[in-house]
Amino acid sequence: MSKFLLRVPLWIVVLLVCVGSSGPLCAQSSSDANFLEKLGELRNATYADKAKIVDDLGKSGHPNVQTVLTAWLQDRLYFRNNDQKVFLVKSAAQGDSSALEVIDPVTLKSAGSVPIDNLTEIGINNHLRRILETTLAGFQLSSPDASVRLDAVREVEKSLDDVNVALLRERMTVEKNSKVKREIAMGLALATLNDGSDPKALLKAIATLRGSLNTDVRNRLQDLLEQSPDGTYAEPDAQVRAAAAAAVATINRWRSFYSVIETSLFGLSQGSVLVLIAIGLAITFGVMGVINMAHGELMMLGAYTTYVVQLAMPRHIESSILVAIPASFVVAGLAGVLIERTVIRVLYGRPLETLLATFGVSLILQQLVRSIFSALNRSVETPNWMSGTLQVNDALSITYNRLYTMIFTVIVFVALLAVLKFTRMGLEIRAVAQNRSMAQAMGIRSEWVDALTFGLGSGIAGMAGVALSQLTNVGPNLGQSYIIDSFLVVVFGGVGNLWGTMIGGMSMGIVDEILEPFAGAVLAKIFVLVALILFIQRRPRGLFPQAGRVAEEQQL
Amino acid sequence: MTGHTSWINLRKDLGGKWLLAMLAVVVVVVPILNQAVPASSSLHLGPYGLTIIGKYLCYAMLAMSMDLIWGYCGLMSLGHAAFFALGGYAMGMYLMREIGPRGVYGNPILPDFMVFLNWKKLPWFWYGFNHFGFALFMMALVPALLGLAFGLFAFRSRVSGVYFAIITQALTYALMLAFFRNNTGFGGNNGFTDFKDILGFDLHSDRVHVVLLVITAVALAASYLACKVIVESRAGRVMRAIRDAENRTRFLGYPVESFKLWVFVFAAIIAGIAGGLYVPQVGIINPSEFSPMNSIEVVIWVAVGGRGTLYGAVVGAVLVNYAQTYFTSSLPEVWLYALGMLFVLVTIFLPRGIIGLMPERIGTKGRISLPSQNNTEVQKNEYERQDTPYRTVDS
Amino acid sequence: MSTNDKILHIEQLTVSFDGFRALDELTLHVEPGELRCIIGPNGAGKTTMMDVITGKTRPVSGSAKFCQRLNLLSMSEPEIAQAGIGRKFQKPTVFENLTVIENLELALAGKKSFLRTLFARLTAAQERKIDDVLEIIGLAEHREALASSLSHGQKQWLEIGMLLMQEPRLLLVDEPVAGMTPQEIERTARLLESLAGEHSVLVVEHDMDFVRSIARRVTVLHEGRVLVEGDMDQVQNDPRVQDVYLGV
Repeated sequence: MSKFLLRVPLWIVVLLVCVGSSGPLCAQSSSDANFLEKLGELRNATYADKAKIVDDLGKSGHPNVQTVLTAWLQDRLYFRNNDQKVFLVKSAAQGDSSALEVIDPVTLKSAGSVPIDNLTEIGINNHLRRILETTLAGFQLSSPDASVRLDAVREVEKSLDDVNVALLRERMTVEKNSKVKREIAMGLALATLNDGSDPKALLKAIATLRGSLNTDVRNRLQDLLEQSPDGTYAEPDAQVRAAAAAAVATINRWRSFYSVIETSLFGLSQGSVLVLIAIGLAITFGVMGVINMAHGELMMLGAYTTYVVQLAMPRHIESSILVAIPASFVVAGLAGVLIERTVIRVLYGRPLETLLATFGVSLILQQLVRSIFSALNRSVETPNWMSGTLQVNDALSITYNRLYTMIFTVIVFVALLAVLKFTRMGLEIRAVAQNRSMAQAMGIRSEWVDALTFGLGSGIAGMAGVALSQLTNVGPNLGQSYIIDSFLVVVFGGVGNLWGTMIGGMSMGIVDEILEPFAGAVLAKIFVLVALILFIQRRPRGLFPQAGRVAEEQQL
Repeated sequence: MTGHTSWINLRKDLGGKWLLAMLAVVVVVVPILNQAVPASSSLHLGPYGLTIIGKYLCYAMLAMSMDLIWGYCGLMSLGHAAFFALGGYAMGMYLMREIGPRGVYGNPILPDFMVFLNWKKLPWFWYGFNHFGFALFMMALVPALLGLAFGLFAFRSRVSGVYFAIITQALTYALMLAFFRNNTGFGGNNGFTDFKDILGFDLHSDRVHVVLLVITAVALAASYLACKVIVESRAGRVMRAIRDAENRTRFLGYPVESFKLWVFVFAAIIAGIAGGLYVPQVGIINPSEFSPMNSIEVVIWVAVGGRGTLYGAVVGAVLVNYAQTYFTSSLPEVWLYALGMLFVLVTIFLPRGIIGLMPERIGTKGRISLPSQNNTEVQKNEYERQDTPYRTVDS
Repeated sequence: MSTNDKILHIEQLTVSFDGFRALDELTLHVEPGELRCIIGPNGAGKTTMMDVITGKTRPVSGSAKFCQRLNLLSMSEPEIAQAGIGRKFQKPTVFENLTVIENLELALAGKKSFLRTLFARLTAAQERKIDDVLEIIGLAEHREALASSLSHGQKQWLEIGMLLMQEPRLLLVDEPVAGMTPQEIERTARLLESLAGEHSVLVVEHDMDFVRSIARRVTVLHEGRVLVEGDMDQVQNDPRVQDVYLGV
């Protein structure tokens, strides 16, 4: 049911787009007149007549038939009392609205507003509803767009009566798209299951259905195995039952396989958030040995930058994110350079002191944001291309924002590796990290490199903030809630090792996602924290420690 | 000369003498101002004032225990307030049981929140908390056990410096999340409040608060003396040696891990007692006491006052909290700026804290050497220690 | 070969860091009361050898025995220190924030658990011992000074003094005269010589003049193994040594 509700808006969008583009071209006056006449007949028709009219309309081939029938199905088809003309209304009548905006059924353009007492709804009953749905499904089954056809087949599968089965059979003969064909075959097989008593046909149907991942299909197969109290089975043929049982097992196996994949994907996406928030820290903490407690607040700055960018370009929400990414990098990066030059510079080599001082900075930044934007959460809009779900199959789907976060993390990670590996700046950063005095002797201005490194780490935090603005509330406390996680990821992965951060973050995400169904979100989080504490105590230098004599010699 | 003649050498400890004198003044003057001075007088100390002073003293005790591990032993814990909160919860559990049938739901055994959650029976870990003595014991034992278990793992694996700070922070964060859950059995979000009385005495009466305050002042004085005994002993010198050059101390044959463990557990107990004294005075305990922010604030109290002096921690705790009380009531939006600037300025410009500003003779001169006397050097050691190879070749 | 009279008995020690062999089947014996100098170019494995003896680094293979029976490889750093091996590091590492006398007090031999030290008081004998050591290292006038106020040479001596407080049977001394004035070097040489006999002393040093002035027996390490062992003249005239130490 909920699936149906979700799908309706999609239909309408698709339909409106189809109709909107083709409508004006085929506005032939003669068929328009016929169309209007048929519609006019609806006024005084009995339900039986209406069914006939629907049938006629369906055969008329007028481009607006779908739109009108869809509107009717949604109780949006009216006639005007004073001139008996038929109209669509924009949205169904609400309790308190006194007038409705009406739409001309031929031009599909607004025809002004009509008082509600001058409108009469064209009635509909359940039988008619079914007919309408089937007719519409028939339309969609012949839509040029394969995905619309696929959806239509799935819809039809929900009510497999003779008419629908006939529709499917008919379509099967002309369908070219293999995916749609497969789905139609499923539908027909299900229909066989419904009324088939011929074991041969049933076996064939089951063989088709075992390739499905749908829970409905599985339940239908399961029904065959049902044993009533008197010991008889729903399906008398033992061979069929065995095949059904095998098919159920296959479906279950595949579903659990996909659910493992889904859990891993969710874990990876959660992990990629962790990696994203930690990776900037991996630079400032890992490379420079600076404990930056304001790291979370730099992410917060990035999130607020996204908010401001959206305020500045309210008509371009779709592209605002793409603008916000570099903008956040610059804002947070500059803030980072400022922090480095004023506070951290004085405290190099005293990590615990930097921890305290940068915590102070974090408080100042939080209050600053509170003073400018108020303490309330700001709403950052999600562009359309980032909302919605990618449905891979019946058992596997992932939301686009999770997907894009993963992609974004990978891009940031690769870009950072490339910067460190292939640019002059990266070379200098690594040189200063490994041997400061030697690097200075080679003419590297280590002061500058420090500022740039810190700016780089901070800028990445800012970009992480853009991602967070899409995943969580943007408020002054945004940073605080992530800072502990990001430190743990860095320490877990092994300080000074970007790959460690990557693998550490990803595995934390996956473990969290695996635990969550059993333990609940909070308890899972606690488990992960405790496990990490224990892990760090066993291996204080993380998953990938920097080993060797250099590290040893620094001891005394 | 080296403190081997008597256990506590207060003669040269001017700061300590000041502290004890001030506490004596509190013990004498507070009861007078509250009980003898009429309520109409501007000198009268009302319930609000009593609570505030009591709170400061508890925080001072917490800060002092932090100074013991950080200022003397170099262990910067960012989860120290967790011990305070645990002690507070132990006391809170007693106070909840003490409410008895006077709760909203009138259940003689179950506290209100359990009735609300539809629990039928008291969880096992609530047994015994109807006895005051048991609660007092747990107030010290629970923090001690947590400190022991945590320290045992952490110190044995040579987790120190920044890593220690990070995992202690994770520890208190995990505890906070756990206590926020209703199912953990400690009142979830709301924690414990609406206490009625303690040992049968009404917690809403000034007289009881005065007594609690006096007890807190005495406890603070006692912890000062106890900490003083430790830091003045040879063990105290070993602690400072560990703080400044951990590996060197190890090569002298001292079991560094066990020193850290003892001190850490002792500090946890003091923090727990401070928390237990805090709860009946402020009348509430909830999971936000575990928040990592609280623990970091404790660190800054010590830094502001000046670490490695014990009494400096008291000065810092009282001053910062007074400032907080003042700002949050009169200029709330300025408070976070002020606190933030305090963090930054103190670490950069006042590494020895306020006590470091005092003329040398007020400090204890060489007896307790300030870690900042050779600041860069010391900190550098600390920094290098972070890179200590933790027996990478262990097979 | 009999091991009965050896105080330190190292056999076939191998240590490797990421494939690099810092020690390569090193074998070395030290007699009781001997003053032995170890020389060798950078990376010869001198410091690593000391690390193994004191328990800081674990070897891949080989054995290290102390006083004929104690297996150093299975002991922890404090245990080794307690057993009677004292080490002086390259950089002077005294406790800067403690006074001279406190530094020596911490180095006192004896029980070192927390509770023992919490209630420990200096006995008269111990105070005498401290005074003796202060005399030996020449810091009697500075007993109440903070270690951080001492000169570089004084810190080195204080550290040797701390070693002596431990009453070790074997002293490991890593580059004791680096950064010292000639007078300080002279004084250090006499100090080390006076220690030998009662203790076994193992000195790692770069300064050849210094080595010549104190050494009776010299071991040259190269690439993790013993290159030559003998008295100073023998060693200096050995062509292999000259090869390794070009120009020295």
